[in-house]
Amino acid sequence: MLRRDVAIVGVGMTRFGELWERSFDDLFVEAGLEALEDAGMGGDEIEAMYVGNMSAGRFIDQEHVASLIADRSGLTPIPCTRVEAACASGGLAVRQAILAVASGMYDIVLAGGVEKMTDVTTEEATATLATASDQEWEAFHGITFPSLYAMIARRHMYEYGTTREHLALPPVKNHRNATKNPKAQFQFEITVEQVIESPLVADPLRLLDCSPVSDGAAAVIVCPLEMAKEFTDTPIVVRATAQASDSIALHDRDDITTLKATVEAAKTAYKQAGVEPEDVDVAEVHDCFSIAELVAVEDLGFVEKGEAGEAYHDGMFEIDSDYVAVNPSGGLKAKGHPVGASGVAQVVEIVEQLRGEAGKRQVDGAEIGLTHNVGGSGGTVVVHIFERAD
Amino acid sequence: MGGVPRFWRSIDNRYRLIGTRCKNCGEVFFPPRVVCPNCRSDGEMEEVQLSGRGEVYTYSVVRVPPEGFEDKAPYVVAVVKLEEGPLVTAMIVDCEPGEIDVGTPVEAVFRRISEDGEDGVIYYSLEFRPVREG
Repeated sequence: MLRRDVAIVGVGMTRFGELWERSFDDLFVEAGLEALEDAGMGGDEIEAMYVGNMSAGRFIDQEHVASLIADRSGLTPIPCTRVEAACASGGLAVRQAILAVASGMYDIVLAGGVEKMTDVTTEEATATLATASDQEWEAFHGITFPSLYAMIARRHMYEYGTTREHLALPPVKNHRNATKNPKAQFQFEITVEQVIESPLVADPLRLLDCSPVSDGAAAVIVCPLEMAKEFTDTPIVVRATAQASDSIALHDRDDITTLKATVEAAKTAYKQAGVEPEDVDVAEVHDCFSIAELVAVEDLGFVEKGEAGEAYHDGMFEIDSDYVAVNPSGGLKAKGHPVGASGVAQVVEIVEQLRGEAGKRQVDGAEIGLTHNVGGSGGTVVVHIFERAD
Repeated sequence: MGGVPRFWRSIDNRYRLIGTRCKNCGEVFFPPRVVCPNCRSDGEMEEVQLSGRGEVYTYSVVRVPPEGFEDKAPYVVAVVKLEEGPLVTAMIVDCEPGEIDVGTPVEAVFRRISEDGEDGVIYYSLEFRPVREG
């Protein structure tokens, strides 16, 4: 349990997309400044920073990025720490900031995430993303990241009768939601037919089942709940922070149709928060591939195992659903997936939703929100639950 | 794939399909493990020769290959369930993509799997092929 309650008092993010004109450091600074402005801070208040980043070493040939970021932000000499868990790096950075404040070590901490993926070729980006899998026993055999999720999809179809059309439904919903998000990479709709007819990447997954390569950054500012009103009228309280690990390779799991780390992290998070899955009004879940969102809503307990496809068919996860809205931001698929930033951007979206500031994509009366951030094919999962504090 | 030493260390496992078995709980592992994840410090590992027979547990067809696999695409990758129990990731060779399904019986076969990259290593490994009748 947290030793003291923690709230989020400021959020910021860049637009996501192919941002050729922006550098790695530019992106982080822009998101950080927006979060400071949102919290009414100048910058002197920040006592420490955590930065989620998967692979600056391979994407921009730069390691030691934590100090780089403190430097470019004008925040030296405060401690700045990089955390890495592949695509869950951002969620993990938020969690580290929460723990640092909850422990009493610091009062005001900034958690950010950043990735600059488009300075390299698509082949290099693909190879870099594959380092999140088991290099010696998966990637060695020609495995790519899409093919790992494709094998999850194939087995899910075999065991539960999930269809090719079911797979297309999360991307279609997420593109529709992204048309209402001015910061999303793809602000246009797609149809089920377009998904099913898009080029094969790794059977049965096609191009429009896959999240894109993106640039972007996001940042949040956390502080003790008792201080939160100094910075905002609508503090968002952290009700749960949970993290779980699992085997890095699919072949070391008993059941590859479920991400056990999601199940474990969610169980811990629901218990910490004292809520049930049906209490969640809005969720940002990790939809790096279409099948990932279907598996996520099952593993988070929103539907029974194997029933996600039909639930999507019934529109259970739309913004105007009276059940739970899933990925109102457009998700990784349509908002974009700068891997180190994605987990932080999920928190930004949930904070805006719970404040009632999500504009055209606002989920009516949202009070409890959840974020779900996955590293690799499920080797790391971070789940957070948030609630309005006022 | 990380150069010569990294490949050389696991040649026995890759070429001869040597796994490990925990003497305490009896579970067989491939890829080999130093510590049994069930028994940890109570376990003790021994090497075990695997038969190389199994069936396809799940599969995909890679259409967008990584560097070093360009001339093989499209190719089938799979998680194979070995008859001794463990699941293993491998390529399925000597077949057309349409021939493979969940449950297809397969057997291990020695193959050159990727071209020599910058470090000059040509990678060989046991992969799998469908078991043919007769």
